[in-house]
Amino acid sequence: AEAAELRARLRAVRHTVLVLSGKGGVGKSTFSALLAHGLAADETRQVALLDIDICGPSIPKIMGLEGEQVHQSGSGWSPVYVEENLGVMSVGFLLSSPDDAVIWRGPKKNGLIKQFLRDVDWGEVDYLIVDTPPGTSDEHLSIVQYLSATHIDGAVIVTTPQEVSLQDVRKEINFCRKVKLPIIGVVENMSGFVCPKCKNESQIFPPTTGGAEKMCQNLNVSLLGKVPLDPQIGKSCDRGQSVLAEAPESPATLSYRSIIQRIQDYCEQHHFQEEKIM
Amino acid sequence: SLAERTNLAGVRHILLVLSGKGGVGKSTISTELALALRSAGKRVGILDVDLCGPSIPRMLRVQDSAVHQCDSGWVPVFVGQDKAIALMSIGFLLERQDDAVVWRGPKKNALIKQFVTDVAWGDLDFLIVDTPPGTSDEHISTVEALRPYQLLGAVLVTTPQ
Repeated sequence: AEAAELRARLRAVRHTVLVLSGKGGVGKSTFSALLAHGLAADETRQVALLDIDICGPSIPKIMGLEGEQVHQSGSGWSPVYVEENLGVMSVGFLLSSPDDAVIWRGPKKNGLIKQFLRDVDWGEVDYLIVDTPPGTSDEHLSIVQYLSATHIDGAVIVTTPQEVSLQDVRKEINFCRKVKLPIIGVVENMSGFVCPKCKNESQIFPPTTGGAEKMCQNLNVSLLGKVPLDPQIGKSCDRGQSVLAEAPESPATLSYRSIIQRIQDYCEQHHFQEEKIM
Repeated sequence: SLAERTNLAGVRHILLVLSGKGGVGKSTISTELALALRSAGKRVGILDVDLCGPSIPRMLRVQDSAVHQCDSGWVPVFVGQDKAIALMSIGFLLERQDDAVVWRGPKKNALIKQFVTDVAWGDLDFLIVDTPPGTSDEHISTVEALRPYQLLGAVLVTTPQ
């Protein structure tokens, strides 16, 4: 009966993309937010951004929605809209203060994630982007389980170039394979830094073992692109603005746009193939 | 007392390294702290309770080590230049380094309790506990399991943004 409830609620979602990483701090939330912004640039498209990082929800700040609260209506919880066609949900909106710690064990976190899927009135959605916390635990198992009521196009896995990140990301790739979650591809974030003054390029996180490129070759997954380390990105996130809008010509923005296009192409193509089969 | 008869009886101070946020350098700081304390002549141990993303073994170049059992429990892996820093991590229990530990809370909690009570730490001046990001199962279980002992406190790591 529960599964039926979820299926009903998620029936109107066309594409679902999970943003994962084994590692923390590599830019999952930043990427999720920019993916959502990028897709929502087309006003005919309805985009939903769901933040299931219960302990460390970054999406409200990154989307400029700190302090917003969730409203209830007859049809369920209302997402917080940043644009008419871009709705957001996060535990951050349920806290009385942004510094409140959510000190919950797994089962309680799972309960909230289920509520996010069952009780939020997303309406008709072209793209549901799900931002996750680092790791391979309750939140990840639960979201894959609950979303089996609908169709997950796949996962985008974010990493940084150094081995300490890659070793966690390899685990995440294995997690995806274990739960039969298709991998759309890997994004290498913080990949090189170009000095704004002298334009010299440095590797702040040197890819001592070949970076994401080598890992993708070894594990036969797609490398969607590399995004350079750009202080503008962090600043925009802190201020709740989209770097795609604030710095439209920057190398980082151009990288993001190319990656977003590839994700879109993947989703549209697979949808087309499914329709053909049906 | 309970504390007297256990594997943590000989540990003088326990230090937790925490952060809400991932990727800020908890494991790096934990490792550097351990190495620095060792340089200063202290007896040091590291307990890595990041079960999904254990970073410490690779940082100390012992990712291919295995742990053994003795009468009092698990023998930690000894690392560092003089092989005198005791380290325990789930990294040592994986069959393959890339194996994902896809566990829900209760299973994580059980292992953390074991790490706290079943590792033969011996006499240490400092036991540094590296944690994963967040405020969830690992953190609750670690603090609960360590409560009967000499918990010095927590060092919190962040980045500026």
